[in-house]
Amino acid sequence: MLFTSYGFIAFIAILFILYYLIPKRFQWLLLLCADVVFYACAGWQGLCFMAVTVLVSWASTNLMGASLRRQKETLSSPEGKALPREERRAIKKAAEKYRKRIFVLALLCDLGILAALKYTNFLIGNVNAITGASLASVDWVLPLGISFYTFQTVSYVIDVYWEKIPAERNPLKVALFTSFFPLLIQGPISRFGDLSETLFSEHKADYKQISFGLQRILWGYFKKLVIADRLLIAVTAVCGDPAGYDGAYVLAGTLLYAAELYADFTGGIDITIGIAQVLGIRVKENFVRPYFSRNIAEYWRRWHISMGTWFKDYIFYPLSVAPWLLKLSKKARVKISDGFGRKLSVYVSTIVTWFLTGLWHGAAWNFVVWGLLNAVFILAAEEFKPVSLRFREKHARLVSGFGYRVFETLRTFLLLCSFRILDCYRDVAVSFKAFFSVFTGGRWGELFSGGLLGLGLTSADFAVCGVGVALMFAVSCVQEKFGEVRELLWKRKAMAYIAFSLLAIIILVFGAYGVGYDSSQFIYNQF
Amino acid sequence: MDEILEILEGINPDIDFETCDTLVDDGILASLDIVSVIAELSDAFDITIPARDIVPENFNSAEAMYAMVQRLLDD
Repeated sequence: MLFTSYGFIAFIAILFILYYLIPKRFQWLLLLCADVVFYACAGWQGLCFMAVTVLVSWASTNLMGASLRRQKETLSSPEGKALPREERRAIKKAAEKYRKRIFVLALLCDLGILAALKYTNFLIGNVNAITGASLASVDWVLPLGISFYTFQTVSYVIDVYWEKIPAERNPLKVALFTSFFPLLIQGPISRFGDLSETLFSEHKADYKQISFGLQRILWGYFKKLVIADRLLIAVTAVCGDPAGYDGAYVLAGTLLYAAELYADFTGGIDITIGIAQVLGIRVKENFVRPYFSRNIAEYWRRWHISMGTWFKDYIFYPLSVAPWLLKLSKKARVKISDGFGRKLSVYVSTIVTWFLTGLWHGAAWNFVVWGLLNAVFILAAEEFKPVSLRFREKHARLVSGFGYRVFETLRTFLLLCSFRILDCYRDVAVSFKAFFSVFTGGRWGELFSGGLLGLGLTSADFAVCGVGVALMFAVSCVQEKFGEVRELLWKRKAMAYIAFSLLAIIILVFGAYGVGYDSSQFIYNQF
Repeated sequence: MDEILEILEGINPDIDFETCDTLVDDGILASLDIVSVIAELSDAFDITIPARDIVPENFNSAEAMYAMVQRLLDD
C-alpha cells in the first residue's frame, strides 16, 4: 500500500476515526491490527519474516532481562552480600557470559535474515565475477522495510543487553514497536526507549496535535507529489541514458536529483511524523535542514539523523573501543608513529562504519563506494583541521561573513551531489565517467536552448518545481531563524487555515498523478 | 582530574574543559574526538570503556569523564 495511494489515505482516515472512538486502553492494540493489515497488503511472506524477528527479539530480551534480575537478586540478598568479593565477581561474570551468548544469537538471527534476503545475490554475483563460476541467483522476496525494522529491533536488543532499558514483557508490544506502519517505509529508525513513551499510552484527541499532524501530512504530500514525483521524470531520463545525456546534462540531472531526493525523503518523513502526531505518538525528527550544512560531517548530523546515530551508537563507538583495535593502535604508536597510532582507531572505525552504511543502502558496489567516499572526505577534513583553524584565525573577518558561509554551504552541497552520482547511475564505472564528463563533455548551450525540455517535463512543470523548491527553501529559512512554522501560524489561525487550504488545492491541481504520470514508491523504501 | 584535563587539552587546546559541561550536547566534542578521548583514557588509566558507557552524560564534561573513569577503576 503506497503512502500516495487513495487506499492508504482511506486506511489512515478510518484508523484516525476508530483510534479516538474506541476505549483508550485498546488504542495500541488497534495500531497493531492496522500494522498487520498494512503489512499483509505487501505480502504474507514478509509478515512471516517479521514475526520471526519479533519472536527472537522478545524471547532474547526477556531471557537477558530475567538473567539480570536473577543476578541482582542473588547479589543483593543477605547470602549474596556475605559472599567473598571473588565469588560475587564470578557470579556476575557467569551471568554476563550467559547474556552475551543470548545476545549474539539474537543478533545473528535478526541480522542473518536481513543479510540472507538482501545480500545473497550480491554475494553470488561477486563470487561469480571473481571465480568465473556461474552460480544461479536466488529469487527471494525482500520483505517491505526489512532494513528499517531490523535495525530498529536490533537497537532494542542491544539497548536491553547494555541495560539501558528493561525488556518489554508483552510480546504484542514488541510486535507493535517493530511493525509500527508509518515507520516501516523509510524510518525514522526509532529507539524503543523514545518511541515506547507514547506508543503504548492512552491518548485523548488533542485539537492542536491533530491539526499539526494533518498539516504536516499535507506538507509531506506537497513535497512528494508536486515536486519529487515530477522531478523523477527528468532524473530518470538523464540517468537512464548515460551515453545520450553526458556533459552538462549530468550536472543538471544531479542537481535535479538533489531536489527530488530531498522532497521525496523529507516529504515521506513529514507524512510519517504527521500520522504519528495525529495519533498522539512522538517520533524523533530525521532532518534538520541538511542542505544548510557547511561540511560533510555536519550534513550527516542533519540528514537521516536516525540512521546516522544508529551507525554511530551501534557500530562506530563499539568498534572504536574494541580491545583488538585499541591494542592495534597501541602497537602502531610504538612501531609506526605516535600520531598515526593515536588516530588508527578513528580511521578504522570511520571506514568500517561508512562501508556498512553504504552496504545498508543497497547490495551493490556503487553504494559501497559512495559510503567510502564519505569516509574519505570526513577523515580528510579531520586531517586538515589544523590548517583550517589557522586559516580561520588569520582571516577571522572573512570567515565570519555571510559570503563565506554561503561558499561553505554551496561547496558541501556540490560535493554531496557529486557523491550522489553513484546513487543515480547505480554503476561505479558509469558514475565516474558521467562525473568527469561534466568537465569535458560540454553541451551547455544545448542544455539551455531546449535540451532541458527534452527530459520529459514541460516548461510549466519546471516552473511548478521551481516554485515548489523556492517554497521549501523559504520554509527552511524561516525554520532556521524563527523555529517551527506551524507554531508561528497557530497564533494566526485564519492565516494557517488559508495557507493549508491553498496547499491542499495545490496538491490536487499540481500533484504528479495526472495522465502520463504514475505516483512512484519512495526512494528510501528500496533501501 | 588533572590528568584528564591534560589529555583533553592535548586533543583540543582551544576548549575550556574546566568549565564546559555541554561538550557533547553542544557538539564541541564530535564523535571522532570522543573516540580519541576514549583511546587516551583507556591508555592512561588502563581501563576498558565499554560501548554502553559511550553516552553524552559521560562525556559532557571533564568531571563526568573523571567520574566514569573512577567507576570503571572501582569495578
